[in-house]
Amino acid sequence: MKVLALDTSNRPLSVAVLSDDQVLATTTVTITQKHAAHLLPIIESLMKVAGLKPADLDRVVVADGPGSYTGLRIGVTTAKTLADTLKLQLVGVSSLATIAANVMTDNQLVAVFFDGRNDHVFAGVYRIKDQQPVTVIEDQHADFGDFLKRIADLNESVVVLGELSAFSERLKNVLADRYLQYPAAFNLPSAVQLARLGNSVAPVADINAFVPRYLRLTKAEADWQKQHPEEDSSNYVEKV
Amino acid sequence: MERNLILAFESSCDETSVAVVEDGKTILSNIVATQIKSHQRFGGVVPEVASRHHIEQITACIDLALSEAQVTYDDLSAVAVTYGPGLVGALLIGVTAAKTVAYAHQLPLIPVNHMAGHIYAARYVAPIEFPALALLVSGGHTELVYLAEPGQFEIIGETRDDAAGEAYDKIGRVLGINYPAGKEVDRLAHLGKDNFHFPRAMDKDDSFDFSFSGLKSAFINTVHHADQIGETLNREDLAASFQQAVVDVLADKTVRALKAFPVKQLILAGGVAANQGLRDRLTTELTQFPDVTFLKAPIKLCGDNAAMIGAAGYVSYQLNQFGDAGLNADPSLEFDWLETTQANA
Repeated sequence: MKVLALDTSNRPLSVAVLSDDQVLATTTVTITQKHAAHLLPIIESLMKVAGLKPADLDRVVVADGPGSYTGLRIGVTTAKTLADTLKLQLVGVSSLATIAANVMTDNQLVAVFFDGRNDHVFAGVYRIKDQQPVTVIEDQHADFGDFLKRIADLNESVVVLGELSAFSERLKNVLADRYLQYPAAFNLPSAVQLARLGNSVAPVADINAFVPRYLRLTKAEADWQKQHPEEDSSNYVEKV
Repeated sequence: MERNLILAFESSCDETSVAVVEDGKTILSNIVATQIKSHQRFGGVVPEVASRHHIEQITACIDLALSEAQVTYDDLSAVAVTYGPGLVGALLIGVTAAKTVAYAHQLPLIPVNHMAGHIYAARYVAPIEFPALALLVSGGHTELVYLAEPGQFEIIGETRDDAAGEAYDKIGRVLGINYPAGKEVDRLAHLGKDNFHFPRAMDKDDSFDFSFSGLKSAFINTVHHADQIGETLNREDLAASFQQAVVDVLADKTVRALKAFPVKQLILAGGVAANQGLRDRLTTELTQFPDVTFLKAPIKLCGDNAAMIGAAGYVSYQLNQFGDAGLNADPSLEFDWLETTQANA
């Protein structure tokens, strides 16, 4: 099976082309802020190096959230369009689980954070079982302090990965010697790990309905729902 | 004879649209998924909400466009897409999807300026004859564009503040009309009289530029002043007075431009081109220019849609103007200014 995996959910951009478990080509870029301009050229060049045409692919695996809203939409639009137009399997995997999958130690607890600004985070906690991250605390958008308390309450050593610069002091203070720091490279998503996780996920049934897992409503939508708690907000787009 | 089919994408604001266009002049399909109802909850387009709707709709629109046109990817010659101007997050959905389809099926990619698309909506009425002048009026833009030849678009005048459509939405709010207000203001205007004599900004100015913020403020001040003294103004007359001021300025500047730039055609395009008051007025003015034909974009193609992008894209296709996989959205894309007018301005 030929697989294309891609993650554009945050600043790092990672793409891999695989044939079953064999990595044919992969690239991770951490310095671009123009995912829209760079993603497709990187896919093209990796596919070319791998000697594949787009129609040779069987499956696309995409990190579908949480993360930067625009970043997520670039990756998810590319993945769902490719899957729709070439009739490929489409698989979505958590962007947080993708980073947790960098850790292989069995039974190890791993917490992953993305900075959601205003002292909020997109975060999840996983336990590594047979080299797969298994959810311990669901991916969510949360106040950093509240989420940190939930991790501390687990009362166990935890590897903490992701975008940590705004939080490292408090992580050290609260978790103390239960805070396991890994080298910086482990904070980056790898499309190779993403593809590996995608192997055990069933393809989405409805490609057209596939959207990022933002884990947060827009402010306008949240305010509106607060004011109109009884109204269904699902049918606001119509074909004319 | 070989036919050239273009799969066209448009997602610059609050409509997700995909179309199949034959030879730049026949619409085989034109799917438009509009988000207006969603944004009406907020009184205007919320960019992040728009982007979220676009990604929900995009592939379903592609599938429907192809099936309605009864064609497959093998039948296509190229993919065209709006890459600006517009909301960046919204544009990115169309750009990303179009690039992906082009790559997947090894088709050339044609980047299209959204405003060129609006102008080429008129191509579905008759071929464009050059040189031509276009009056483009929409929620985001008000400009006079000179078309010397196919693929050339040069601005000779534009609004210095609000777009005409934007002014309609803002005064619509004061009248209690939800966005987009243009259609309802137009309807009310036909029932009222121009009793308020709002200012015609820059109407005597030598440039071909427009200004609508003064008119908008005069309107709002008039209504607020009446509210304060407990007086109720006639909404129909207010609408008629506002619309008359807008139409006067648009028509006067257009007539002056037609005198300065002899052209074969005047094209009226953009969302506000659906306004009946404006269409009627320009039709009357055009009687002074017997050599100029008046090409009005069809009302159903005045709003944002991908068929117009396909028509404009076909011109680029013939001129071999293609983009590549690195194409990005350009939210502030504009035509260049015509050099002589910029010197005068």
